[in-house]
Amino acid sequence: MAFTAPKETYSGKVFEVAIGTDKTAVFGGENVLPFHSFEGNIPHRPVIAYEIQDVPPDDWPETVKKVYEGVSGDPVTWAKYCQDTLNAQAIALRLVGTHPDRENRSPEDAAKTVKDVLAAINVPLIILGSNQIEKDSAVLVSVSEAAKGKNCIIGKAQEGNYKTIAAAAMANNHKLIAMSELDINLSKQLNILITQMGFDKEKLITDPMCSALGYGLEYTYSVMERIRLAALTQNDTTMQPPMLADVGMYVWKIKETQASESDLPQWGLLAERGIAWETITAGSLLMSGAEFLIMRHPEAAKAVEKFIDELM
Amino acid sequence: MALTGVEIFKLLPKTNCKKCGHPTCLAFAMKLAQRQASLDACPDVSEEAKKVLGEASAPPIRSITLGSGDKAVKMGEENVLFRHEKRFVNPCAFAVEVKDSMSDDEINKIVDDVLNSEIDRVGQKLRIDAIFVSNASNDAGRFEGVVKAIASKAPAVPLIIATNNPAAAETAVKAVADKKPLLYGADESNADAMANIAKTYKIPLGVTAKGLDALTALTEKIKGLGVEDMVIDPCAKTAKEIIEANTYIRRAAIKKNFKALGYPVITLAQRDDKMLEALIAALGVTKYSSIVVLSSIKKWKNLSLFTLRQNIYTDPQVPMQVEQKVYKIGEATPESPLTITTNFSLTYFIVSGEIENSKVPTRLAVMDCEGLSVLTAWAAGKFTASKIAQFIQESGIENEITHKELIIPGYVAILSGAIEDKLPGWKVTVGPREANALPAFLKSRG
Repeated sequence: MAFTAPKETYSGKVFEVAIGTDKTAVFGGENVLPFHSFEGNIPHRPVIAYEIQDVPPDDWPETVKKVYEGVSGDPVTWAKYCQDTLNAQAIALRLVGTHPDRENRSPEDAAKTVKDVLAAINVPLIILGSNQIEKDSAVLVSVSEAAKGKNCIIGKAQEGNYKTIAAAAMANNHKLIAMSELDINLSKQLNILITQMGFDKEKLITDPMCSALGYGLEYTYSVMERIRLAALTQNDTTMQPPMLADVGMYVWKIKETQASESDLPQWGLLAERGIAWETITAGSLLMSGAEFLIMRHPEAAKAVEKFIDELM
Repeated sequence: MALTGVEIFKLLPKTNCKKCGHPTCLAFAMKLAQRQASLDACPDVSEEAKKVLGEASAPPIRSITLGSGDKAVKMGEENVLFRHEKRFVNPCAFAVEVKDSMSDDEINKIVDDVLNSEIDRVGQKLRIDAIFVSNASNDAGRFEGVVKAIASKAPAVPLIIATNNPAAAETAVKAVADKKPLLYGADESNADAMANIAKTYKIPLGVTAKGLDALTALTEKIKGLGVEDMVIDPCAKTAKEIIEANTYIRRAAIKKNFKALGYPVITLAQRDDKMLEALIAALGVTKYSSIVVLSSIKKWKNLSLFTLRQNIYTDPQVPMQVEQKVYKIGEATPESPLTITTNFSLTYFIVSGEIENSKVPTRLAVMDCEGLSVLTAWAAGKFTASKIAQFIQESGIENEITHKELIIPGYVAILSGAIEDKLPGWKVTVGPREANALPAFLKSRG
């Protein structure tokens, strides 16, 4: 019996999202499952943004902290280093210092940091809060205004604060990350609620919540696969925004990226292990449908870029 | 195509003799249709029915065993394309390549690494499963010697004998035939001779051809030569080619019941760049490879790949659980705080991770709640005051610590009074609702 290629046709398509004003980055736009270019069209590669933060990365493990030694004391220097030396296509600034349990920086301070970073770079900027529902409402409104006209991604809008954040992103013409916790129905519901406010669904990015390899990766993986299948096979427009995998912050806080080899000889070299952990987490989530990644270690990001080269 | 229960029923003896253990032939037919019974249970079935049913009831991807004994690896038998539909059945095997052109010392080192590769993670023992011995030297004598040496040093580890030279294959296979190695393999130029060796020694045969048309023709030819057990390689080299070939193979087998490609797939992932090799292996794990061949097995790389395989092959309907016990985190002393949570693996990982981040040495009592998270377990009546009290008493923790204070998750604050009633002399403190507030909570107690 002769072989006939069992091609699938898909009725839906992922929205294409372009960010930035000077050097821009574009992702999404495909009408097939991840890297299934044999049966459809994939106009853009996934984009990797390098993560920086508004305060020094004292809480990052050594392996990834030392890469940015000398530049990470100041977000502007750090952002320029990522753009000019590491050739980052996009930069994700996490305003972790605004968290009430951390430095508790004010929304005005955060806005100043954002302005300074934007003035120093020409690649797109992703502006992330500290993931504290109430504080993010204030901070993300303030930074959205500060970044007006720069076509940034603002994040993350969640069930508890999406109204103020989405309104600010809309008023200042930014893209918006909508995050819900590992549940396809919650994700769909949040996208619907945000679009009901008048926010353009083609300016959304879905974050179904990331998990690190070994720490719930299979949940993120399957939620992403299901979202992508709903977008493509059922043409469900609420599930068609591109997806974010916010890899770095989940990977670089678990034991496998921190425990020394002398404590756990079976686990092998710490530096390579940490980089591999971020690399494999990111690579697996590309397989399940992420179009946009936020990563920390340049070697992990570069390995994933090589992987994408081979996949495209 | 799979037959329905009624179609199967028509082929059965219809005697309702009950010898199969089912009340009627129809009931048995229904079980067969759901793949919950084996036709072997019917003593009176005709040869013709056996043939028809055997073809139709075979799993879409043939079950093949790599090696023999305790460390043999089962492959194939997959039923779905996406893991949320139903559990992926047989986790992909990792093999490391040993070239017979390497020095004996180099070979011994790799074999030692394979023997020492086992890691325990969430109660599962994970290891490098097999050794892929290739005839890089093109010397049949050297090949046989290396295969024999590896088999005697690592007698339980399954072997893949990799050569396209039938003469070299035959001597090597003969030396270790009892271990049921996989012979890799047959191609268009040597199929007859290789099929003959596989038949003679009753071992599975790896079949390689460039592209799926050629591969289909070749597996059909080899099946015609009397070899049933095959592992296929569509010769996909780049990640792009691998995802295309593996997706088409899995779809053809599962959605079209296309038997000629209904075999486990072997993927050669070797790359000079080790991080890229790990990613190609990850592609194999997530996208349908049954054997992934690596060029090196560094511990850091193994750990990440073992973990990924475990994650992807977890049953999506059954939560992963950790063992019920009191875990020490950091250098916990008898004075250190005692916290409690449930045994859902994700809950455990997140809570223990946050406790570690706090740098406050702490005991974490993990209670068996059938793998449910805190709120779900509480709602299901598995994380109740009396069960928590009983667990704390039976754990013997009272003899190990100098205080009697138990920190419970904020979500079950409502239980604090009831636990104190059931644990005389104990004080119950309500901790934070979310694990990410644990570091601040534990530090503030310091």
